[in-house]
Amino acid sequence: MTDARYTPLRERHEALGASFTDFGGWQMPVRYTSDLAEHHAVRQTAGIFDISHMAEFTIIGSGAAAYLDYALAGRLSALAVGKAKYSLLLAEDGGIIDDVIVYRLGDDDFLIISNAGNRDAVREALLARTAGREVVVEDVSDSYALIAVQGPNAEAIVAAIDGIDDISIPWAEQKYYAWASATYNGKPLLLARTGYTGEDGFELLVAADDAAALWDAALAAGADRGLVPAGLAARDTLRLEAGMPLYGHELNRQTKPAQSGLGRVVVEDKDDFVGKGAVTPAAGARVLIGLAAEGRRAGRAEYAVVTEDGAVIGEITSGALSPTLGHPIAMAFVDPAVADGSVPLFLDVRGTKIPATVTALPFYRRKK
Amino acid sequence: MTDLNTLSYSEEHEWVAVDGDSATIGITDFAADALGDIVFVELPAVGTSFSRGDVFGEAESTKSVSELYAPVDGTVVEINDAVVDDPSLVNSAPFDGGWLIKVSIAAGAVDGLLDRDAYVAHTEG
Repeated sequence: MTDARYTPLRERHEALGASFTDFGGWQMPVRYTSDLAEHHAVRQTAGIFDISHMAEFTIIGSGAAAYLDYALAGRLSALAVGKAKYSLLLAEDGGIIDDVIVYRLGDDDFLIISNAGNRDAVREALLARTAGREVVVEDVSDSYALIAVQGPNAEAIVAAIDGIDDISIPWAEQKYYAWASATYNGKPLLLARTGYTGEDGFELLVAADDAAALWDAALAAGADRGLVPAGLAARDTLRLEAGMPLYGHELNRQTKPAQSGLGRVVVEDKDDFVGKGAVTPAAGARVLIGLAAEGRRAGRAEYAVVTEDGAVIGEITSGALSPTLGHPIAMAFVDPAVADGSVPLFLDVRGTKIPATVTALPFYRRKK
Repeated sequence: MTDLNTLSYSEEHEWVAVDGDSATIGITDFAADALGDIVFVELPAVGTSFSRGDVFGEAESTKSVSELYAPVDGTVVEINDAVVDDPSLVNSAPFDGGWLIKVSIAAGAVDGLLDRDAYVAHTEG
């Protein structure tokens, strides 16, 4: 067992009274005061998250774009400089090693952000796929911290952070799933307009040494704008409402992208890519759906989804009482025959059958 | 405000306030904090009897589910409808408005439970 790791912001979290939990080998803030209050703040004003546990890789070289077309499921060569794209790292058998966001920093220069718990597997796969290609892949995770500011007030808050200068694109022109460059205390800062909450917001990639100062500056900028520090508990209910998958729950090595509703991420007509020819799910393979129930009693991950007569036809991957909607929601893998909602479905909540309705994802969509 | 020194405590983080032949039961601030925001509480019907150590209900937070263990033998005489309607009372006032049930008890029902000092020592263990 290796020792738990902490991000550069550990002392900040402790000073704010955070409770910590293990996540992917990292000790991360699960909540500061109230996970519900933190959730609601992100929907109504803004929240700030330390997501420095996430892994970052640089992909640089004249063959970088072609390499990514081969190494990932999408066609990253078609991504414009300045934009970001959600993608998947597949295994040869079409299973999912991780889901990632790719940022095109230049013609021959990309950044990949992956999940903390998959850092070693991602690095290993990315390096193995460089053979014979003009590309250099580097794991730069330890050099950077990542701070997310999410919510309707995020732009106003980030724009007011003292010490951010040299912004490449005016705030109002920065689009979702794009990035701008800037400096913080004279060092490069990446302003990525991405997130994992279903709200507008930014993910700020900053030198690890400057993370604490940037965190303080962001909290100061947000003091009059409803910004609260938010932990992983809120992050999880926010992403669940937004219908966003979490690796290890909706995504794993045994599941093909189309089963998780991510068939669109795979560009099958590319000449060659890892997983090509293996991405079609087996006949009858379970598919991911959204389920909504009444009352306040939530189905949880690993609870069974059953029919009226108790036959197990699926399993919940994530579930909670939705703080925003006020009723239970869940994502679940179910037999394809029942995915259309034609058969009454129930959540088996510790022996009690709770009626559930098949619901299109996401459960929550922000107003533009 | 309840004087916490007058309560008895179980190692499973329930508290008991004895008043003659009845007792009020809740969960401690330590347990409420560990659970996070409580969003659902299931309590037994009035008239239900249980023994110390039995599961008498459940408390769910956004992140977890926790069973409630009876700290004493007893029969339910009243449940806190306010906490069923608004489970956040367990977080905001665990020793007052966030009480869970009242039970009838026999003499000596709290024998063997922890006093405040022993409970605090238990949580710091």
